[in-house]
Amino acid sequence: MNTRHITLNVNGTDHAIEVEPRRTLADTLRDQCGLTGTHLGCEHGVCGACTIIVDDAPVRACLMFGVQAEGRLIRTVEGLADGQTLSPLQQSFWDNHGLQCGFCTPGFLMLATWLLERETMIDEAELRHVLSSNLCRCTGYQNILKAVREAAKGLGKWTESAPA
Amino acid sequence: MDGIGASVRRIEDPPLLRGEGRFAADIDLPGQLHMRVVRAGMAHGRILSIDTAAAAAIPGVVAIWTGADVASLPPIGFRMMGLTALEPYRQPILAQRVVRYVGEPLAVVFAEDPYVAEDAEELVYADIEALPVIIRAAGPIGDFDAAHGTEPTIIRKAYGDIAAAFAAAEHVVELELAVGRHTGVPLETRGASAAYDAATGRLAMHGAAKVPHTNRIAIARMLDLSLDQLHLHEGHVGGGFGIRGELYPEDVLVCLAAMRLGRPVKWIEDRREHLMAANHSRDQLHRIRAAIDARGFVLGVEDEFWVDQGAYVRTHASTVPDLAAGMLPGPYLFPAYAAAAHVRLTNKTPAGTYRAPGRFEGTFVRERLIDAIAERVGLDPIAVRRINLIPPESMPFDRGLDALGTPLVYDSGDYALLLDKFLRHLDYEMLQASLATRRAAGEHVGLGLAFFVEKSGLGPFDDVRLELDAGGRAVLVTGAASVGQGVETSLAQITGEMLGISYLDVTVVHGQTDRIARGMGAFATRVTVMTGTAIVLAAEKLRARLLAKAAELLQQPVSALVLRDGAAQAEGGSPSIALPALIAACLAEEDAPRMVAEATFESGHMTYPYGIHLAIARVDAETGGVVLERLAVAYDIGRTVNPMLVEGQIHGGAAQGIGGALMEEFLYDEDGQPLCTNLADYVMPTSGEMPPIDILLTEDAPSGIGRLGVKGAGEGGTTAAGAAIAAAVDAALGGRVPITQLPITPSRLHAAMKQAGFE
Repeated sequence: MNTRHITLNVNGTDHAIEVEPRRTLADTLRDQCGLTGTHLGCEHGVCGACTIIVDDAPVRACLMFGVQAEGRLIRTVEGLADGQTLSPLQQSFWDNHGLQCGFCTPGFLMLATWLLERETMIDEAELRHVLSSNLCRCTGYQNILKAVREAAKGLGKWTESAPA
Repeated sequence: MDGIGASVRRIEDPPLLRGEGRFAADIDLPGQLHMRVVRAGMAHGRILSIDTAAAAAIPGVVAIWTGADVASLPPIGFRMMGLTALEPYRQPILAQRVVRYVGEPLAVVFAEDPYVAEDAEELVYADIEALPVIIRAAGPIGDFDAAHGTEPTIIRKAYGDIAAAFAAAEHVVELELAVGRHTGVPLETRGASAAYDAATGRLAMHGAAKVPHTNRIAIARMLDLSLDQLHLHEGHVGGGFGIRGELYPEDVLVCLAAMRLGRPVKWIEDRREHLMAANHSRDQLHRIRAAIDARGFVLGVEDEFWVDQGAYVRTHASTVPDLAAGMLPGPYLFPAYAAAAHVRLTNKTPAGTYRAPGRFEGTFVRERLIDAIAERVGLDPIAVRRINLIPPESMPFDRGLDALGTPLVYDSGDYALLLDKFLRHLDYEMLQASLATRRAAGEHVGLGLAFFVEKSGLGPFDDVRLELDAGGRAVLVTGAASVGQGVETSLAQITGEMLGISYLDVTVVHGQTDRIARGMGAFATRVTVMTGTAIVLAAEKLRARLLAKAAELLQQPVSALVLRDGAAQAEGGSPSIALPALIAACLAEEDAPRMVAEATFESGHMTYPYGIHLAIARVDAETGGVVLERLAVAYDIGRTVNPMLVEGQIHGGAAQGIGGALMEEFLYDEDGQPLCTNLADYVMPTSGEMPPIDILLTEDAPSGIGRLGVKGAGEGGTTAAGAAIAAAVDAALGGRVPITQLPITPSRLHAAMKQAGFE
């Protein structure tokens, strides 16, 4: 098997691994790094369940190869909580029933984490537009939208008007 | 208070929020092989040969099986509603001589690595001679094989004198209505892992869902194992919706391979496979007619319909046509009724149930019929509904039909009351007036309303085992299953309420066949009603023992004591004894490590929640695109365990109903090639298409079945969405483009509008 030795920095920790160049980043994170919080729902970039953050941008981990992520800063759902303390967004998902089966949840959490970390304010149209890139089949999105909205309010990122 | 009626946060959530869930793909067994299924690329054909040599030559490939290797195994049997006439149409675990749909398992590859297994799959070459393809269920009957046609049975249900109804009719209203082919599409694809321990002869399968106990029996039978040799384990399940957890060929193959190959075997489906291989649903064509009198009262309804079962009859057997025919009359009196359901085999992916099976279709058909009747007699659609609703004094109402093998008796309901409350809640007159103003200004906007009756709480039984440990914590072991709907939390709330402890002090064990002997699982919106009542019965046994001991220790009459806030106490809170001390006193007497009670609840009747959907839709005349501005759902479920979770069920159900109404559809070309095999082609709603969902929950008609008054809430968000949205689009276009087919796609609507003379 043709493999390469690479080091991936995930949630601030270096993982020295052997990986085939053809393995997706999602599979690499799951199988080589043991981080199974990143889920695969379609493997063709539509559902967004595998969304992670790579160098401050949301990325479909099924559309990138593991070897392409060397030297990048990768963040996954496992890195959101601070020990036992959930991030404000995770806590808001829990408080607002923003998940049912929980399979799409890591992808939504990473997408919305990226949204909340941006400098700009968020309004309803922007919220719906950004979250429309991921699919959920359980919640009808109502409580996912609510969870992110409430988290944005708590972080002072919410505006009723359009962003400047 | 966090017992029944409280909107508490879910127990299930923390691991799911941290990325610590254990879904099927997250289970790795030491030394495992990876299975990959080779699937038919032709919709119907005779297998001449399968060449596996090139695939077998790839390093890392351990074994390849074709149909011949598993020919001794029986086909997959029926879980429910089986009919002898359907048995010849059961699916083998690998195609035997003939393939009948694109996606049918032809062969399986086992390899050391999943990528290698996929490489090998691509090199397996099947030489298949094409046979004629059937893709229209309502067309002429064809041949399934030399001995069997493509219409195994017609399911008939009837009551009353239908001929007399039509003879007495002032008007007859006739419609042809169609619902497209949809399915659940859980975000997690299917998956399973199995390991066989030759030393003990035991096989363990992970990745089970929905009905682990039933599948354990079925797999043991197919593999000729005794029951105690096989256990199924449910981990986290990424959505169910009816399709997930049924017994499929791949589940059996994984178990068989673990035994034959002597190594654990893991199989994870990809999305393309899922859309071609997991159950489809819906896809019905109805020809319905109603006999009505001059004021719009329906004297009788006759419905003939065709169900596209796909290429095989799977575990649900006749469930969907049975439910469609039995529940079509819904909330209306309909003094005479006759339905004939043609079960038709075609060359598409086999079909089963999907959330509100038979009712999404039947409700669309019936409510469109009521709208057409209103149009015919010149009455408001709501007025016609009022004339025909079953009055509350007729409850319980014996429908004179059966469904899922139980007599269809509506246990309770006040349909007109819910309608009144809903119209008031919506400020209906104002709403209609504002839409009329917008229409006058040139907008194509309209409102539609549709009634539904759901069912829940299917028996025949549920067992629970309830344990109290010395610390006052409870463990509930149930044969129910979780597909992500919040089962653990709601069952913990019921347990906590009964024992006077917090739901956070209850651990719920579900979906493990080695923890409880039998179980029915989670389907047909059954768990809260059935398992809930079994919990009440078990908890009452524990409560009686605890209170008797407390009475002795506190020197109070038993009747003066209650379990509350983790203690047995008199009214007013004193005297009182904390649960741990009380349990210790009971255990000392019983010489046992924990207090245990078991109970069974049996029921031969379902409960029947009911509701109304209201949709407001705007049509873009240029594109035929429909924008759903609002969806409102009124739902009476008798009694609510956790309103937040119930609303979540309705939200999610509504999204699936909206998808089925406006966008989701499996299309096939004339050769039976599926055209929707990825999530870009099978289009589901995103947050961009979802309107606000407005919910009115009422508790006016508690159920007399079971001990809690609850009815299930899992499906009503979906049931009438198609009917209401169709009516709204109809109204938006001033009745000029009658909507008779779902989904209402832009191209379909645009063509119909053009034909109706829209510019």
